[in-house]
Amino acid sequence: MQIGLSHYLTVSAILFTLGVFGIFLNRKNVIIILMSVELILLSVNLNMVAFSSFLNDIVGQVFALFILTVAAAEAAIGLAILVVFYRNRGSIAVEDVNMMKG
Amino acid sequence: MGLQAVFFYLFAFVAVASAFMVISARNPVHSVLFLILVFFNAAGLFLLTGAEFLAMILLVVYIGAVAVLFLFVVMMLDIDFAELRSGFLQYAPIGALVGLIVAAELIVVVGGSVLSPQAAKSITMPIPSAVERTNTAALGDVLYTHYVYFFQVAGLVLLVAMIGAIVLTLRHRQNIKRQDISKQVARTPATAVEVVKVKPGQGL
Repeated sequence: MQIGLSHYLTVSAILFTLGVFGIFLNRKNVIIILMSVELILLSVNLNMVAFSSFLNDIVGQVFALFILTVAAAEAAIGLAILVVFYRNRGSIAVEDVNMMKG
Repeated sequence: MGLQAVFFYLFAFVAVASAFMVISARNPVHSVLFLILVFFNAAGLFLLTGAEFLAMILLVVYIGAVAVLFLFVVMMLDIDFAELRSGFLQYAPIGALVGLIVAAELIVVVGGSVLSPQAAKSITMPIPSAVERTNTAALGDVLYTHYVYFFQVAGLVLLVAMIGAIVLTLRHRQNIKRQDISKQVARTPATAVEVVKVKPGQGL
């Protein structure tokens, strides 16, 4: 059985949905929400790479590299904000994030 | 079923199963560890598509940096995770419903899709065959020529992220001893040494 483009796209769609579902499920815990965002970005990367491979066009891999960069930057900034927030409020529950001024 | 299909289903199944564990694990440390497993299997899927460089970068950047950063933050913060899980299942039914609908729609749309024969004509940078150019070299050929501005912007994004993370988390605590190098260098024997004449048989 030949593994085609649709197989990769299906795996990527399932990973994407699990990421979205994770945001619903863990709506109080910012750390898990950030991990879910990482899952979503990973599924986008998988899409890019699969299309790149099956179209025989390397530009998809270049863009996957850029998405990887943005995902790393986003994780670093998100976790830094999380640490600062925990330092100020002593909690990371999402419903406590209700002040503009720390 | 060829070897490629076996490995595809292995990687895909483990990736999806551990992605589910990421969002449903009771302990966030377990979530991070399952996230590492997802990344590892995604790297395997990348290898199967032929994107070798991206697979290795995924291992180095995601597992080596991002996942360890997550692990570090989870372990550093003293949080009552049981309290955060209260009401865990409150939105689970509607979330599962939305998730199932989205997943079903996505799979229906992409699952049966095939590439149009015209798509082969519109590609911009064909992948050279692996014999004449390795994946890393082929990626570099394109990245450093046609996409060099994007590459530099990506570097700037990382620089801004680095500066932002440092600015956000750096704090100067009071009442702790710090090294002041200019003060140390400016010391002279006159200010640093005091010569005391002590008479024999007497202490100071």
